[in-house]
Amino acid sequence: MSRPVWDLFPGGGGVTRRSFIRTAAAAGGGLILGVSTACEGGGSRTPAGGRSVGLEGGFSPNVFVHLHPTGDVEIVVARSEMGQGVRTSLAAVVADEMEADWSRIRVVQAPGHPDFGDQNTGGSQSVRNHFQRLREAGAVARRMLEEAAARQWEVPAAECAGRNHEVVHLPTGRTAAYGELAEAAGRLQVPENAVLKGADQFRYIGRPLGGVDNLDITVGAALFGADVRPPGMVYAAIARCPVVGGTHRSYDAQEALRRPGVLRVVEIPPAESPPGYGSLGGVAVVAENTWAALAGRDALRIEWDLGPHATHESSAYRASLEAAVREPGRPDRSEGDVDGALRAADRTHSAEYYVPYLAHASMEPPACVASVTREGCEIWAPVQAPQTTRRVVAGMLDVPEDRVTVHVTLLGGAFGRKSKPDFVLEAVWISKEVGRPVQVFWTREDDIRHDFYHAVSMQRLEAGLDDSKRVTAWLHRSAFPSISATFASGIDRPPADELGLGNTTVPFDVPNLRCESCPASWHTRIGWLRSVSNIHHGFAVGAFADELAALAGRDPREFLLDLIGPARVIDYWAGEENAYGVDKRAYPYDTGRLRGVVELATGEAGWGRSLPAGRGLGLAAHYCFVTYVAQVAEVSVTGDRLRIHRIDCAVDCGLVVNPDQVKAQMEGAIVFGLSLALHGNITMRAGRVEQGNFDDYPICALREVPEIHVHIVNSDAPPTGVGEPGVPPVAAAVANAIFAATGRRIRELPIRLAGV
Amino acid sequence: MAKVRLTVNGAARELDVPPEMPILWVLRDVLNLTGTKYGCGTALCGSCTVLRDGEAIRACVEPISSAEGTALVTIEGLSANGTHPLQVAWRDLNVAQCGYCQPGQIMNAAALLARNPSPTDEEIDAAQQANLCRCGTYLRIREAIRVAAGEGSTGRGGDS
Ligand code: FES
Ligand code: FES
Repeated sequence: MSRPVWDLFPGGGGVTRRSFIRTAAAAGGGLILGVSTACEGGGSRTPAGGRSVGLEGGFSPNVFVHLHPTGDVEIVVARSEMGQGVRTSLAAVVADEMEADWSRIRVVQAPGHPDFGDQNTGGSQSVRNHFQRLREAGAVARRMLEEAAARQWEVPAAECAGRNHEVVHLPTGRTAAYGELAEAAGRLQVPENAVLKGADQFRYIGRPLGGVDNLDITVGAALFGADVRPPGMVYAAIARCPVVGGTHRSYDAQEALRRPGVLRVVEIPPAESPPGYGSLGGVAVVAENTWAALAGRDALRIEWDLGPHATHESSAYRASLEAAVREPGRPDRSEGDVDGALRAADRTHSAEYYVPYLAHASMEPPACVASVTREGCEIWAPVQAPQTTRRVVAGMLDVPEDRVTVHVTLLGGAFGRKSKPDFVLEAVWISKEVGRPVQVFWTREDDIRHDFYHAVSMQRLEAGLDDSKRVTAWLHRSAFPSISATFASGIDRPPADELGLGNTTVPFDVPNLRCESCPASWHTRIGWLRSVSNIHHGFAVGAFADELAALAGRDPREFLLDLIGPARVIDYWAGEENAYGVDKRAYPYDTGRLRGVVELATGEAGWGRSLPAGRGLGLAAHYCFVTYVAQVAEVSVTGDRLRIHRIDCAVDCGLVVNPDQVKAQMEGAIVFGLSLALHGNITMRAGRVEQGNFDDYPICALREVPEIHVHIVNSDAPPTGVGEPGVPPVAAAVANAIFAATGRRIRELPIRLAGV
Repeated sequence: MAKVRLTVNGAARELDVPPEMPILWVLRDVLNLTGTKYGCGTALCGSCTVLRDGEAIRACVEPISSAEGTALVTIEGLSANGTHPLQVAWRDLNVAQCGYCQPGQIMNAAALLARNPSPTDEEIDAAQQANLCRCGTYLRIREAIRVAAGEGSTGRGGDS
């Protein structure tokens, strides 16, 4: 096998004119470009709050374009694909500017490597961070092909134009295929200037485009974590302590070892405290196939030391959060005099909102194949953060990072779960012990009981209205265990970046406004779940705004628009970046755009139309990940039976690369939001998760899914992410619609109508 | 132990496996047909759906002994080169997101269309109700089944 393109760059040939695009020479020839997108958009922040790698270490390309002499184009993408269409969207941007024929494009997944810049796929940032430079890379490739043709024909380059995989000499109509020009183009210098297309010339950007993996997916050839089968591989299932922070005190493996197909039983050392990315430890049964490993695990006899969190109980914990938000917290954003304004208010109103722990439950549970040899370690896994994975694996094995290779498979859904490599560390440990490639398999129960949960939360909102029914005071207290507490001890409340997800970022035009965070102790692993704390903040803020509208006796849409206030840029962040780690000037927080989606969604939903008794429309709008979304839900309630008939969703995500992908992400996010609004509920009893599979942790099925209409705002603002922002408004829109239909308020998820 | 005889995607097989081993693990770990997916292991999600003598079954709970003398068809064997009308419709409508549940969705729908070539929406919903998709591609799944049955609109889901 020839060297992969990414190996051609460190120290390898190449002429650099631009700081972020270089060429390289390859055996087999053709035109190869390495592109570094690492610094675009003022850098990017990982959901962990860590910084992405910049160019300080020298040139580190993370996207590669290889035009072969055959005319085939390979585009190497270093972001993880988990259904958000990133492999398709990023390749489409390059192919468009390059004027490449889409049918000749093949997308190759890059392994985890520090040279690839920040590969952490999360925070809805892939398109946002890569768009401009990928366009330029495509334009550079086209320019080089035009130049190569011009030289061959001895005509001015300005007379040559790349068009759908060939260069045309405009005066004569003579053509040369891209493949024929690839060699010559590959020997040219990278041009200083390459002219980008006008938006009206886009071939793929802005058009619906099928996913590049669609064929593989529909014939069963797509490879996910558990589908990789290196020779000699064995299968492992692990018994983990049911309580985080506990460990096995002793175990008896005799019975397990007698089971047919069971090969070995391997102990995995206990997790550290707090566990961070580390494996949870436990006892692994290694077998000839998955079924034998599971049967062997069932036969283990283990005595657990449950550790300090075995007292964690959901009901008692809820009471502690309730008590916390009834006391003043730490002010994280404070404007005006909230206490004075509340005292002076004509009317005041307060409400408390509860959201339980939630599990990711991606259809593909965590799975990983690892092969540890004397030379190093090779890993195949559905990971969102291949570089983090590489670093922690190298740390555990105590080998240099370059001895660890992480092949990123397709991710069968991830939603934040697969940014934690704990399951990879398990496979690596067992492979090291047994000296063979090992696949670690998680059952659904393993997945639901050993997740990094979305934080359980309690929020209290309080507001004052003056006698003209305008909101003069806004107080929002939020208490939930922090993600950071999974990684470091001594953290008793969320840091600014978790509050910047929908709490301190509240867009309302209220003169006296304070956001406070209140203490919440930590008892289980907490992680990022699709839109993170925007889930609970979006629910509470969206529902409370609707409560205030009712209190003011006003139409919720008019009231919400007044609350958002006139179009303006909100800027209360010190420094150059906003809550999502992007440059505030490039991506201003513009309430005009939030108003825009409210107007679009309500217009399309026919807001204000008369409805039969028991039916209602509910509205919610939320800004997150630099994208603006508003949703209108239409529901009916008959007795205790809730039906969601239709959701209209307006989204402003700047310039749209792939409208069908945006639509698909909104549809998916709405179903995800409905699942958490209607069903999601992880509860703890004696430190153990009480749920285990789709019977007690249900997700929406086909019949529950309403009509969904997605309306995309036409915009030429820089493109922003769409993977997460469709989730937060769903629960509030549905809750508000239930109020419109019945007069009943929903202040707790999942929504329960019986007994409300 | 007695061998299990059956055909898998048209090829005759004699398998030397424990009779109680679920079909899912025989397919994946013994025959290396990894297109069939695990999602729950307890017949709750449909990811593992395959056809046994044309009927959609949950391979995670059906022992291989139940397939003795039958014909199993998995996503890999549904058609040559992905040309079954469902597979074509799935691509045309860009149904898949992560893709993990889709082999099970397609196999379940294939059994539906085989016994009912023109299902109503209600019949589609009833048939696919227990095939879960965490990515939430349900509306496109329903539409793709309509299209494959010759009843729906064609073209990308983006054109609404
Ligand atoms: S894995 Fe068989 S139904 Fe879920
Ligand atoms: S497409 Fe991801 S679970 Fe269905």
